[in-house]
Amino acid sequence: MRVFKLKRDNFIPFMKGLGKFGELWGPVKKGDHHVYAQASPEQFDLKAIRTIVPAKKFFLPKKSTILKFKNNEWTEHFDVKKRVIFGLHPCDIHALNIYHKFYTRLYPDPYYLKNREATLIVGLSCLPDEHCFCNLTDTETVNEGFDLFLTDLEDRFLVWIGSPKGDEVLKLVKDLIEETTQEDIDEYVAWRKKRRSMFQVSLDLEGMPEILTFNYDSPIWEEMGDACLSCGTCTMVCPTCTCFDIEDEYDIRTDEMDRQRFWYSCVFREYSMVAGGHNFREARSERLKLWYTHKLVGFMSEYGSPACVGCGRCVVSCPVDINVLTVAKALLKEKPDAFWARMASLKNMEVEHA
Amino acid sequence: MLERHGSYPEVSTEKEKNENPYVPERARIVRKFDLTKDVRFFQVRICDPDKVMTWTTNYKPGQFMMISLPNAGEAPFSITSSPTRPGLFEFCIRKVGKLTSKLFELRENDFIWLRGPFGNGFPVEMMHGKDLLFVAGGLGAAPLRSVLLYALDYRDRFGKIFYLYGAKTPDDMLFREEFFRMKEREDFECYLTVDADPTGLWPFDIGVVTTLFKYVDIDASNTVAVVCGPPVMYKYVVDEFLKLGIPDDHIFMTLERKMKCGMGKCGQCVVGHKYTCVDGPVFTLWDVKNIRSLI
Repeated sequence: MRVFKLKRDNFIPFMKGLGKFGELWGPVKKGDHHVYAQASPEQFDLKAIRTIVPAKKFFLPKKSTILKFKNNEWTEHFDVKKRVIFGLHPCDIHALNIYHKFYTRLYPDPYYLKNREATLIVGLSCLPDEHCFCNLTDTETVNEGFDLFLTDLEDRFLVWIGSPKGDEVLKLVKDLIEETTQEDIDEYVAWRKKRRSMFQVSLDLEGMPEILTFNYDSPIWEEMGDACLSCGTCTMVCPTCTCFDIEDEYDIRTDEMDRQRFWYSCVFREYSMVAGGHNFREARSERLKLWYTHKLVGFMSEYGSPACVGCGRCVVSCPVDINVLTVAKALLKEKPDAFWARMASLKNMEVEHA
Repeated sequence: MLERHGSYPEVSTEKEKNENPYVPERARIVRKFDLTKDVRFFQVRICDPDKVMTWTTNYKPGQFMMISLPNAGEAPFSITSSPTRPGLFEFCIRKVGKLTSKLFELRENDFIWLRGPFGNGFPVEMMHGKDLLFVAGGLGAAPLRSVLLYALDYRDRFGKIFYLYGAKTPDDMLFREEFFRMKEREDFECYLTVDADPTGLWPFDIGVVTTLFKYVDIDASNTVAVVCGPPVMYKYVVDEFLKLGIPDDHIFMTLERKMKCGMGKCGQCVVGHKYTCVDGPVFTLWDVKNIRSLI
């Protein structure tokens, strides 16, 4: 892989240069959180850890029209914009790689492919906070799946080129980048060491596929199911959740029909319900179990690695603290106090209501 | 996904690779009639004359198509015709929901839209040279008719063929007249039963479908067994298969799930790590044991 150096003072012109490729999107502060938004490089927050919704929204939009119906014919409909997406961390890029494998296998998805083709992915290094656990999911560093990747070394960036597209685009800003020196390499090694020492979560996630298989009938699922709100937040914020639903929308004014595809969640009650009302997964515990077994065991069988990249989005988003870490801990019999205390309080609340 | 049934040439399910697999193809209803009080038979023909033959020869028994009507949605239906009889697609559709109610309002020459075929289908090449034992219950006769017609049209490729079909009452039996005529054939054994006969005119067996196993005379070590029917039926029929000594990976069943894409993407048919639409809907008994919550 080829590596160059970019002085920090040149960052803004560098990003503006890349902006010639397409719309500039990056992490921008919104309230207490971050979101990927279209903005000028001055607004990008380079210290952002995780955005609320992952970058999958660029490739499988939350809601999009895939077909249009008129005069008894269905025709395909694309809404593709050329974009530069800046600020994806290694975990996000790993998640996109899983997305890529998933959406290009068997029946390659034309909408995904067109969006991916039109996107320039510019990664950015990060320093973990207390919820990050990419060190446990083997997604701490990334070698493929990006066009350019910036490693933030305070006064300078290292610019890694990950694809021919990245190499091509870099020509737009060739005056701003320099060759790397031994000093840069030393500093990078020191930075890696520092980053590695910052992870705070420790847990045996490697054994999860077997442990989940053994615990298929565990009462833990019932207990978690009791607490789960079936709100679907975990699936919306998860960067490797791929499910969608399709519905038709009719416009009475133009007599046109749109077939729309939108994000959907396996924890919703209607997810496994067939016509006639039979539901293959009526209980919340069943649906919760599906999510975890599919993510941590199912993907293992199909793609050789679990579909959790350790981004911590479910950890910060679930309103009742059901996430990969609490589930793993519960299955490993290391019950985290906060979670079970909360569970107990929920049960007490029910008693009070009764 | 197909390797596990043994090695046999894969029938191409991807017709034109560059085509957008989400775009449905227009078809015309050429014939329809009621099979029972809530199940209707549809014969449809692809409108584009260039596609009629490629579409209707390029599928496997047991595969399904996504049928859609604008503003009513899209759902999977197993193909009940056989690729050995090309030109038309046939479906048995039960009126249960929004889409099927709309389908029941359609008349001959009305349009419907198709995508597919999807799913793995029955491993027909692997069945060559073997005895076949089909067991159907109720609407389960729809997907099984496809593979039964296939086997009868290539009769010399298979050993003995047994077809056992049970329905609630004579009025609930699909393709009643067709099967009555099949009973007269001498090159295979067709047995029919009903759980109850309010008419008093039913000439054959009465009782659940497993009562028909007394007629079965096959070489269990060289048999492929196929079952399709309501969920309650599977356990009892599978027990009978095992009593005969048929191995797990020679027992096939076809399952139902909610599907929106048919291409292993939307996720709604997922069971364990399998997507019913691409890894199924035909599974072996081994799959059922291996993947929890499959049936």
